[in-house]
Amino acid sequence: MTSPVALDPELESTPEPAEGEQKLEGRSPGQLMWQRFKRDRTGVICAWVVIFYFVVALCAPLLVKLSGTDPYTLYGQDPTYADKPVLDDFGLPLGYFGGVSADHWFGVEPQFGRDLFAMLVYGMRTSLFMALGVTVLMMGTGIVLGLIGGYFGGKTDYWLGRVTDFFLSFPQQLFFIAFMPVVTAFFVDPREETPTYFRALAMLIVLWVLGWMSMSRLVRSTVLSLREREFVEAAKVSGASPARIIRKEILPNVVTPILVQFTYTLPSTILTIAFLSFAGVGFVEPTPDWGRLFAAGAKYTQQDPAFIFFPGLALVIFVLAFNLLGDSVRDAFDPKSGR
Amino acid sequence: MLQFIIRRTVGAVVTLFLIGAATFFLFVATPSDYASLSCGKDCSPQRLADIREALGLDLPIAQQFWDFMSGIVMGRDYPTGHCSAPCLGQSFYSGDMVWDTIMDRFPTTLTLTAGGAVVFLIVGIGAGMLAAYRRGSLLDKIATGGSMVLSSFQIYFLGPIVLWIFVYSTGLMENPKYVPITQDPFGWFMGMLLPVLVMSTIFTAQYTRMARSSMIEQLAEEHVRTARAKGMSKPYVFFRYAWRGSLIPIVTVFGMDVSGMLGGAVVTELTFSLQGIGRLAVNGATNKDLPLTMGVMLVGAFFILLINILTDIAYAYIDPRIRLS
Repeated sequence: MTSPVALDPELESTPEPAEGEQKLEGRSPGQLMWQRFKRDRTGVICAWVVIFYFVVALCAPLLVKLSGTDPYTLYGQDPTYADKPVLDDFGLPLGYFGGVSADHWFGVEPQFGRDLFAMLVYGMRTSLFMALGVTVLMMGTGIVLGLIGGYFGGKTDYWLGRVTDFFLSFPQQLFFIAFMPVVTAFFVDPREETPTYFRALAMLIVLWVLGWMSMSRLVRSTVLSLREREFVEAAKVSGASPARIIRKEILPNVVTPILVQFTYTLPSTILTIAFLSFAGVGFVEPTPDWGRLFAAGAKYTQQDPAFIFFPGLALVIFVLAFNLLGDSVRDAFDPKSGR
Repeated sequence: MLQFIIRRTVGAVVTLFLIGAATFFLFVATPSDYASLSCGKDCSPQRLADIREALGLDLPIAQQFWDFMSGIVMGRDYPTGHCSAPCLGQSFYSGDMVWDTIMDRFPTTLTLTAGGAVVFLIVGIGAGMLAAYRRGSLLDKIATGGSMVLSSFQIYFLGPIVLWIFVYSTGLMENPKYVPITQDPFGWFMGMLLPVLVMSTIFTAQYTRMARSSMIEQLAEEHVRTARAKGMSKPYVFFRYAWRGSLIPIVTVFGMDVSGMLGGAVVTELTFSLQGIGRLAVNGATNKDLPLTMGVMLVGAFFILLINILTDIAYAYIDPRIRLS
């Protein structure tokens, strides 16, 4: 993982740490980091790519209006669109490359004729925002538990460590598959139609419960090394409460690893959500979702290999950009760690 | 060393028990069970009670749990016959013994996991070290760039592409399927080649990156520099000193990755429609088939814990300084 603490803690945590930071002479570590980051061309480009994806996800309704399609209409079956056939007699898209046309920018889905562009942008919206929520929850829990374990040590740390180990030894993917229906069943009778937001909630819970461990471990080990530092001891001697020490002395020094970890966790969460839908236990038809497009794409590969192309390429570019961004953020925070 | 192994084994047994308990009680706590699901919407209370009795769901929950757990150690008796020692119960849905079903499917998953691990460890570490050895060369650039891009790919995207290229459009290969290795080793190899390669590609890319950076770090170590300064040849120092040290972080990550590898195997199974334990987990979960789900979870967890212990033992051999305290 990343090296423990990048910034020089002494420099940052002089007696009155929080207020002094901006007014310090010279540049703050944050400014230094920002300057280093700006000089890294790959990082900046990747940051723009990532921002682009989020903007697309945010503006999905707008973009779909622009293309004049929506993700739910069955263009191949709906009689309203009978004058503009998109599928042939076998249910395969007419035209080249999965039916790419002026109306359907990325082609249409075989059999049903749903518009791929609309499904993709809406699917990105579902996946990205879901992942953002899950990641924030996971990291929040991990940070709190890691801080507690690392700072208080002793018995607390020991038992928290055992709990972490226990959760880590779960066969994660199998557990995700097995427990999505179970958790959903807590909310709805399985014989009835499950509303989409219940499915989302169930996913959120399952991913959250099994996802906080690596963050907790990272924070714990960082805090452990910080706890012995002079400035923390000084604060302790001068009578600061544990809450204050954690908030003012320790937390600012853990921000770097947390941020770096965040840029690695978010894309992997997106992939996990996609995996759930791919395995058939996440979002189901007709909810547009990135992972579900892969499940459909795998089904259609033999007849219509073009279908999986756009969602797949979009995902690869996104993950690549995010990973490179993560590396750049790490390098900017910690120039010592080379690639 | 022996003490360490015993301690880890006891810990693993406790963990397995807890995982079993968590799975069981979460399942039981859900408002609907297999009986009500299989009985359908208009179900008479009498029929529901009959089904519950036949499955043993009418017993107290604690006793159901005890029966299941003791069955693993001692075996269980069913009206249909005896289920010997590692007994994971009888599937609600199909009525088959879960242990037999899993043992029938597990070789597929194992082939993917183990085969994938062999491929990505050899190719990944090899490529990574070669890249570090020739740092800055064209080879290095290809290895770093390629692994960066490949590690962003997904099994469920790469799988269909590979299938389309090699199976559907050119017909170079048969559609992947699992043939038991004892029956037909060549058929087993050809049937699993594509899935194993696809599964290992993403891991290979990750291990290439890791091996490269780990090796570069090692080459900057003082003992390596001293050895070079003494006049030892570069390849000698490389393979004699640096190589060993650079393996340590890789072994650590490998130990943590086992769960991810099993997950990768599950995705690969689903992508290539192979019948492994991932498919079983999906079936068990959607049918509310408690014994099947329990069985899959326990076998999966057992596998992960076993590899983790083996990894820790491997540590001691690579790095004698680690005394497994």
